[in-house]
Amino acid sequence: MKLIIILMVASLLILHQDFWNWDREALSFGFLPIGLTYHIGISLGAAFVWWFACTFAWPPGIETFDEQSSDSGEQS
Amino acid sequence: MSYLLAMNDGQIRFSIILIYLGLLLGLGFFANRLFRGTKDDYLLASHSIGPFLLLMSMFGTTMTAFALVGSSGEAFQKGIGVYGMLASSSGIIHSLCFFLIGVKIYRLGRKHGSSTQIQFFRDRLESDLIGLVLFPILVGLIIPYLLIGVMAGGGVIAVMTAGAFPDLGLSENGAIPSQYGSLLICGVVLIYVFFGGMRGTTWANAFQTTVFMGLGLVTFVMLANRLGEGQTLLDSLKNVTSKVNPSKLTRSGMSQTLFLSYMCIPLSVAMFPHLFQHWLTAKSAASFKAPVICHPVFIMIVWVPCVLIGVWGTTLDLTDVRPNDVLAYMVNMKIGAFMGGLLSAGILAAIMSSLDSQFLCIGSIFTNDIVLHYMDQSKISEKRQVWIARIFVILIVAITYVLSLQGYRSVFTMAVWCFSGFAGLFPIIFAALYWKRLTAAGALSGTLAMIGSWLYLFQQSGYGANAEFALSPFGNQYPIMPVVGILLCSTLAMFVTSLITPPPSQKTLDKFFPSQD
Repeated sequence: MKLIIILMVASLLILHQDFWNWDREALSFGFLPIGLTYHIGISLGAAFVWWFACTFAWPPGIETFDEQSSDSGEQS
Repeated sequence: MSYLLAMNDGQIRFSIILIYLGLLLGLGFFANRLFRGTKDDYLLASHSIGPFLLLMSMFGTTMTAFALVGSSGEAFQKGIGVYGMLASSSGIIHSLCFFLIGVKIYRLGRKHGSSTQIQFFRDRLESDLIGLVLFPILVGLIIPYLLIGVMAGGGVIAVMTAGAFPDLGLSENGAIPSQYGSLLICGVVLIYVFFGGMRGTTWANAFQTTVFMGLGLVTFVMLANRLGEGQTLLDSLKNVTSKVNPSKLTRSGMSQTLFLSYMCIPLSVAMFPHLFQHWLTAKSAASFKAPVICHPVFIMIVWVPCVLIGVWGTTLDLTDVRPNDVLAYMVNMKIGAFMGGLLSAGILAAIMSSLDSQFLCIGSIFTNDIVLHYMDQSKISEKRQVWIARIFVILIVAITYVLSLQGYRSVFTMAVWCFSGFAGLFPIIFAALYWKRLTAAGALSGTLAMIGSWLYLFQQSGYGANAEFALSPFGNQYPIMPVVGILLCSTLAMFVTSLITPPPSQKTLDKFFPSQD
């Protein structure tokens, strides 16, 4: 799973360098410059990748650590 | 009532700003009622912050004057490329740092009782010296960051109160001068940080983040309607965009290599001391999930309207307006006094939501890493420790305010230099968490290489005066941001020195790299 996440993040970083949109004057919805629309897509893509990472690659055992520390906190 | 009707537009806007600042003070005093009287509660809110507040406070802390005032000003000058240059890249990199570094720091900090970065590095590297070297560097780098907020806050108040008090002789146009505005902002933030500590700061951040996100969208819609004058919002958006010079709607004037190298700037969040402190306030590791996932979308919600507003500004006659003031001028020119006042409060909210955490974290670093580390802790009561933090916060606010009087600098340029310094420390924190072979000497040489290269390049740029300063190792047509050079210097120095010095003790490695990691 780690490899998939690494590949997804690397893809985002590569896609971020959208040289093909550099001089394009097209507008999305008649008002949003295409370069900006594309990078809004990158932002949404990033949110998806991080949702995926948090769901499928969350550090193992960390919730157990939370429970232990809250238990010891209550005892103290 | 008659007094209210007799107020001019500037006075109405100023009154709304004062009401907003009053609300923040109320929040600080309320948080003070829940204060448990301990240093841990004052500086870390007793690790009680859940996912929502963590999301809002972390986002509010990272979105400073840079996000609203800086982004619109830079888009006004350079066009829509500013969004890709810093916003969409930050969406990827910030969350990466929260995920890879924030969660791990939280876990180690809770386990070993660290409250600041310096404490963490001292323990991890078995070295006191690293703390002494890092202290002035972190404080020195955070002061320009504070200056950005203080200067921008004063500027916003000066623009929004134009004509408010023509008879007082405070300024030529009857506005509250920016130095008084900066003083007001410093005073309000200082008071709620002083009384509310980290809990008050977190609440204020959440409140202010909601305010500036909501009012930012309202500003966007109102400006679109006023500038585009269409039948519907979509018509207005189309109309106003049609008036913009096409060069501002593309990245035609922007270097691709510069754009690529900007990607390194957001690495700075991994070493922001105020963000480090926010990470440690989390109630549980799971609280991090919301900030990691939502951060890119939140950045988008704030930056897209600001970048578009900045670009639309090019359709107006703003030739004598400084980039930092573009947003405030447009609100002032195109939106009525009442809404203008509310929107000014929104801009100030973004500015103050970073200032508060930064002030508090500097107090925290001084108390924990200097006073308590070098004095006998048993002789200093918890109450006295809180007072030491508060006094140092006052001192830093005073220094920042005095420095803010020293002249104008672009918010965007100053922020980029400040972030470049913090980004240069990224290899150190990353290696401390993921590379067992990192040694104290390696971290020290990396840190010194960072500050040495940063100071050299900053001096070469005329101390930020040359906003276009860049490195050109591959020729002038391929410029890259100075941050790349700084990162290379610190990484190389850290790596080589670590490999030629003895590794850390097994005891420390077992402590920081337990088998389940």
